[in-house]
Amino acid sequence: MGKPILILFLLLSLAFLVFSSSIYKDDTVYEKKPVAYDAALQKEGRLIWQKNNCHVCHQLYGLGGFLGPDLTNVADKGYYYIDAFLKVGINSMPIFNLTEEESLHLFEFLKATNASGSANPKDYTILMDGMIVQK
Amino acid sequence: MKLTKNIGTLFLITALGLFAASIFFGFLASIIYRYPEFLKNSLGLIKLRPMHVSAALFWILLAATGSIYRSLDILTKKKTYPLLQKIHWGLWLLAILGIFYSYATGSFGGREYWEYPPVFAIPIGLAWLFFLITFFLKVKSIKKWPVYIWMWMTGIVYFLFIFIENYFWVLPYFRESFIKDMVIQWKAAGSIVGAYNMLVYGTAFFIMERISKKANTGFNTWAFALFFLSFFNMLFNWGHHLYLVPTNSTIHYVGYIVSMTEWVFFIKIIYNWKKQVTEAEAFYHYYPYRFILAFNCWLFFNLTLALFMSIPFINLYMHGTHFITAHAMGTTIGINTMILLAALFFFLVPKKEHHQSKFLNTGFWGIQISLLIFLLSLMTMGFIKSIWFFEEPQALFADMMERMKPFTFLFILSGMSLFLSFLGVISGLVYTLFKKHS
Repeated sequence: MGKPILILFLLLSLAFLVFSSSIYKDDTVYEKKPVAYDAALQKEGRLIWQKNNCHVCHQLYGLGGFLGPDLTNVADKGYYYIDAFLKVGINSMPIFNLTEEESLHLFEFLKATNASGSANPKDYTILMDGMIVQK
Repeated sequence: MKLTKNIGTLFLITALGLFAASIFFGFLASIIYRYPEFLKNSLGLIKLRPMHVSAALFWILLAATGSIYRSLDILTKKKTYPLLQKIHWGLWLLAILGIFYSYATGSFGGREYWEYPPVFAIPIGLAWLFFLITFFLKVKSIKKWPVYIWMWMTGIVYFLFIFIENYFWVLPYFRESFIKDMVIQWKAAGSIVGAYNMLVYGTAFFIMERISKKANTGFNTWAFALFFLSFFNMLFNWGHHLYLVPTNSTIHYVGYIVSMTEWVFFIKIIYNWKKQVTEAEAFYHYYPYRFILAFNCWLFFNLTLALFMSIPFINLYMHGTHFITAHAMGTTIGINTMILLAALFFFLVPKKEHHQSKFLNTGFWGIQISLLIFLLSLMTMGFIKSIWFFEEPQALFADMMERMKPFTFLFILSGMSLFLSFLGVISGLVYTLFKKHS
């Protein structure tokens, strides 16, 4: 039984590697909304999001913690709305002592998440095969 | 001390300590959902959640590692490569101490489930490399591999690969596009769970084979068919995390189609039920078996939830709600922890007479009942949030959280009961273990 098992194992592994590499190389722009943002700064903003553990309470496309709201499209509310929460805090959210540069980078990242599409389940259509797509 | 001479045992004891830490941090974190100001200025959810999650994750990884080392000692009838195993354990210890120090001092930088500064991924990756080398050196004397060795090998090899993929974001190229970055993040997050589940399920298989004393079960065709189905799902069934994320539709369809093959597991569990009842009569008072039986019940519960979540139009109503937490907690506690507690009893206090304790019995049933209430309260919270998503006009987020209040309270209470029940079982296990060795 050993040889067929090894062959099947290797074939599945090969299929996984091909599928994975197609994802790594995919440079298609999937953005759904015409929101301008600085591509270089959004990369830095992603790191600010991580360093401050924002995902512990918040989500992006429904993925993250559930103590606070989803922030995929929060950039629609503007920089000062977000900055106010960062400076004052609310309930369990502490005050984040970010520099102005860090806040701006974080905002660029949130503009990029906003440009990618909507995380609101109401904005999705159900297809005949059960799949969902953004309207 | 005799106990720490065997590195497999040392891994199991370290894992038990991490498990105790995980339930403690988890209990503290749950209080914040009802009392937001609780520990806000010292720990807060920002520190407590990573502490809870990392301790839980490391409990699973270290307990599975210890179980594999102990199993291989039994299978090969010798304790080989102690130095490699010691280095392996030492690297883990270094990583764990560094990670918890970082958390305590508020130094983060990683991503969900791996929030520590990425530098600590180096000792973990190296530890895993030592595990891989030691594993292959140990199994080279076994000519014909039973299914659980295939499962362990798959889990060890793929964990390392996916763990590296999990850190692709360190390279700016992978952060160019937010969507691509997110797809790779959740691809890795989904597959890595499948990889360590391979280690845990392989351990469950080994223990069941030893308890039932049927040596051929590890070579059963059905066992291999289920292994390949699990492997297939591990590789391609992560797309359901991303149904809402606007990316290549192939990712969504592959995830959707592959996850539907999980119905085979579902039907197989029901088919095996009768056989299990007969086995339960024979081994019911033996704790390793009892925890395996509990795992089977929770597997059924979680698989049902997972199957519904994998259907995109149902996922639309469950995604981003506490149904996801219920599924994650159900899997971590109901499946992985039940198997690993079975392993701890099997390897550390294997004699049946050690398990005749009212204390352990109360703890065991306390865990099962509390977990059921805990998961049901989370699912009700998920249901409330799901209704809120689609209501018109939509109430404020804070108002929706207010509606959850009674169930949040139930979630905390059942969480406390779960914490105490686990503590009871851990104390019972440690007491028996030290009594045996003193």
